Amino acid sequence: MTDNLFSGPEHDPARDAGHENAPPRVGFFTDTSVCIGCKACEVACKEWNAIPEDGLTLTGMSYDNTGGLGASTWRHVAFVEQPVPSGRTTLPLVEPDAAGAGSRAEAPGMRWLMSSDVCKHCTHAACLDVCPTGSLFRTEFGTVVVQEDICNGCGVCVPACPYGVIEQRPTDGRAFKCTMCYDRLGAGQEPACAKACPTESIQFGPLDELRERAALRVEQLHEAGVTDARLYGHEPDNGVGGDGAFFLLLDEPEVYGLPPDPVVTTRDLPAMWRHAGTAALSLAGTAALSFALPALARRKGRR
Amino acid sequence: MTSHTSSTPAAVARSDSYYGRPVIKAPSWSARDIAGYFFLGGLAGAGSVLAAGAHLTGRTATATALKVSSLTAVGLSAAALVHDLGRPSRFPNMLRVFKPTSPMSMGSWLLSAYGPAAGAAALTAVTGRLPKAGAAATAAAALLGPVLATYTAVLAADTAVPAWHGAHRELPYLFGASATGAAAGMALVAGPVHENAPARYAAALAAVADGAALRAAERRLGTVAVTYREGRAGRLMRAARALTAAGTVGALLLGHRSRIAAAGAGLALLAGSACTRFGVFAAGIASAQDPAHTVGPQREAVERRTTRSQ
Repeated sequence: MTDNLFSGPEHDPARDAGHENAPPRVGFFTDTSVCIGCKACEVACKEWNAIPEDGLTLTGMSYDNTGGLGASTWRHVAFVEQPVPSGRTTLPLVEPDAAGAGSRAEAPGMRWLMSSDVCKHCTHAACLDVCPTGSLFRTEFGTVVVQEDICNGCGVCVPACPYGVIEQRPTDGRAFKCTMCYDRLGAGQEPACAKACPTESIQFGPLDELRERAALRVEQLHEAGVTDARLYGHEPDNGVGGDGAFFLLLDEPEVYGLPPDPVVTTRDLPAMWRHAGTAALSLAGTAALSFALPALARRKGRR
Repeated sequence: MTSHTSSTPAAVARSDSYYGRPVIKAPSWSARDIAGYFFLGGLAGAGSVLAAGAHLTGRTATATALKVSSLTAVGLSAAALVHDLGRPSRFPNMLRVFKPTSPMSMGSWLLSAYGPAAGAAALTAVTGRLPKAGAAATAAAALLGPVLATYTAVLAADTAVPAWHGAHRELPYLFGASATGAAAGMALVAGPVHENAPARYAAALAAVADGAALRAAERRLGTVAVTYREGRAGRLMRAARALTAAGTVGALLLGHRSRIAAAGAGLALLAGSACTRFGVFAAGIASAQDPAHTVGPQREAVERRTTRSQ
């Protein structure tokens, strides 16, 4: 499958996109087990990237008044505050009876999961694949970035993203998303969100190194009894060829609003073009038949 | 879990979502522009094929009418596409690259090849000048037309939208059949009765193919098929079925007798095709807005993989 650049494992997307001498691919490892929900990442992202305000509303979704990723939200902290569903292990990190009575805000049997979501910078990025203008491109760092001066706001990248990340800004028309702070990377700096994260829940670095670190962390949590800890988006053979931004989660991905088995739509594009071709031929055949049948009927009628 | 106080842990177990919010983002396309584009592109493309047939078999009045209709439809569809852009002034960027992984890019190139061909075919037919060039343009439009009619299915299916991507194998056939129905309808509306036998056959064949493709798509979609049956999409798809059936029956029984009956049947077929495209569009939006349609099929895929590897 070495010649298949649409799906499956791909070691070096930057080089495959034509960047010779590309630096090692970088990414994010977001360890949600140490996220404290401070939203410093959201603020740092907005500030650094000069993203406009996009609504000041109270959602009623725990502490999450951001809602989700979008054109003007490139980091989003999710808050899952709910009774622990049956079958899930409770986090020993917040064991209610470990400390003295009254010293904890959490009621027994409640859980409060926090996770900072971001663009996954897929190895096989559907948004990039479907972009008709070449506005979306693969950087030398292996990340996926929109060129604002090229985007014409056709909007096809929006439904293409299996994670619901990229979006058109209503006041602007063009599509926007996380750039992994392309400008900062170019200057040898880490992205603003990772820089601002006080607990190192957001870790930035070479992707290979992050994957090793994440494997160790998940092992450590399992040993500590947090059997629900699992990595999400780290496997190079997943539906998008591995995410440039992957996560350590404490429950199923859909609990955090993440798709459990995302697939780059381009995987099926060759089949789609084949079917469209066959359908086009069928259309032409149907038309030919429609002209042949009356001619045949007339000939039969004459006989 | 829109409300965790009302959901029992058992109910939560398999239908988890983040406050019921969608996992993917629905396109922000306007239905009028993009579903309208699907319809008009189909009408133009399939119309060019029927026009070429009419041209070849000496049905001149029908051929000219279809050529004019195709030019009008492709003009309107290009206008709808430009109108739907977030930055209409940047429409020329559509031809900045040639990119087979982008159905939108391929469609833009296709439109820019098909449009002039359809234009030349219509102008030469109406003016009666340059008949050889007109025949060549008619042939070129007839070759590109079927692709214009079916590629829009790829445009929709090449997304993460469950009701579209899940039916990516069937959608091109549905769009092709729907386009043929629309073009047959146009031929019945605009062509004289003594020339409309092929249009009547095309309408009947298209109606059968349309029904078969939709049934196949719904079978493939499983639980997501409900998005084609409920709400706005359900109403549109039911209207499409009724209009297509009425138009086909009308065309077969009365289309060869009365000009008025033929025109009525043709209008019903055109409306049926439009309802199909708007219905497919609405089903896609509905499926994108419900996280269950994204998570459910993906969970099933994970479970299938797990059982296979055991």
